Amino acid sequence: MNFLRATFAVITKDLSGEFRSRELLSAMFVFAVLVILIFNFALELDVKTRSTVTAGVLWVTFAFAGSLGLNRSMAMEKDRGCMDGLLLAPVDRSAIYFGKMFANLLFMLMVEAIVLPLYSVLYNINLFQAGFLGVVILGSLGYVSVGTLLATMTVQTRTRDILLPILLFPLAIPVFIAAVKASTGYLQGLEMEAIRPWLNLLLVYDTVFLAIALMVFDFVVEE
Amino acid sequence: MQAKPKALTYLDIFTAVLMLISVGMVFFYAPMEAVMGNVQRVFYYHVAVGWVGMLSFFAAAIAGILYLKSKDRKWDMFALAAVEIGIVFIFLNIVTGSIWARPIWNTWWTWDPRLTTATIMELIYFAYLMLRQGIEDPDRRARFGAVYVILGFVSVPLTFFSARLFRTIHPVVIGTNQPGAEGQFDMTPKMVHTFLFSLFTFTFVFIDLMWHRLRLGRFADQVEQLKLRLSL
Repeated sequence: MNFLRATFAVITKDLSGEFRSRELLSAMFVFAVLVILIFNFALELDVKTRSTVTAGVLWVTFAFAGSLGLNRSMAMEKDRGCMDGLLLAPVDRSAIYFGKMFANLLFMLMVEAIVLPLYSVLYNINLFQAGFLGVVILGSLGYVSVGTLLATMTVQTRTRDILLPILLFPLAIPVFIAAVKASTGYLQGLEMEAIRPWLNLLLVYDTVFLAIALMVFDFVVEE
Repeated sequence: MQAKPKALTYLDIFTAVLMLISVGMVFFYAPMEAVMGNVQRVFYYHVAVGWVGMLSFFAAAIAGILYLKSKDRKWDMFALAAVEIGIVFIFLNIVTGSIWARPIWNTWWTWDPRLTTATIMELIYFAYLMLRQGIEDPDRRARFGAVYVILGFVSVPLTFFSARLFRTIHPVVIGTNQPGAEGQFDMTPKMVHTFLFSLFTFTFVFIDLMWHRLRLGRFADQVEQLKLRLSL
């Protein structure tokens, strides 16, 4: 019970801090819109290409915006000495990891909740299918579970901002491949047979990396 | 400064001899492959260097776990040495593969699962080196490095499976034949001998290089400590 309460406390702390400053969400959102705009010109998103590349464009956008958010969320803790305060709290360290991870996941989902309808309107494509939204949640979870752990490490290094994507992207490749494939499958209305392997892969990735992150988080925040 | 151990000198000589024999076997003992011709001979080293690369990354991950358990600096040194060797050998693996693929697949490169995975593996371990460079405190460097090699090694099979769900054209020489692979061949006994011998040789190359690199690491540590003593 104590564990859940501690996790929840970290989440509320992050959310209330964010709703007062709004610096993280607004930066992620504007960045995401800019990326989509750039893709619009880079790929000539006409009706024909749209059906095949939509998932790819969206996931690249989420990955970039996500790494921006992860960096900021951990840098905030480090710069103002909040991390030390958090570590002093008499709770399990993994509760801190879970709290930060969930807060980051919520931020990412909030950005996605704005980007998806916007993309739907701009390109006249219906993204609101239960399966597709499920993939978005699973993919974001996998990305954020590794991302939170790595961001905790990179904020403690000399080259902090540039290091996170370099560490994170190669590890997150399976998430991207599986998420893009599964999303495309749903958007093109393929049958479940073709989509299921990708969903399984996402589930395996999420489980494995959440478990490892839980085991090693102690070593990452140890002083 | 310790003198070079006798055993290491013997190992150097032994490895060099093995290497000479294996080069001889590849060119003179192994028969020419009927369809592909001489270019097939790159296979013996292609697989052997790939094996050393995977062995190194596996060793690095194990060393990472051992470091987190024991906090003994020697495991950190071990992981770093293994990663450095792994990067070089996987690179050789990619290069030899390309040399073979140009005449057989008619292209230097294709986004096949093995090729994709090898590339991403290189990127992961380059990231590992960059992570280490960004941290001054040796304990923290060792801890973060250990965490990252473990994460990296776990993600490799997942990357491979995700890329494999795409169609593959890479031949599987050992084990079951796979429809759609280009450049498949069956090994004659002499080819098997040569192949196994080069695996054996490169395993010794790996051990020899590891030993040298670990020694070098110890010297680097000593130099750092001497410098620290001078500055005090």
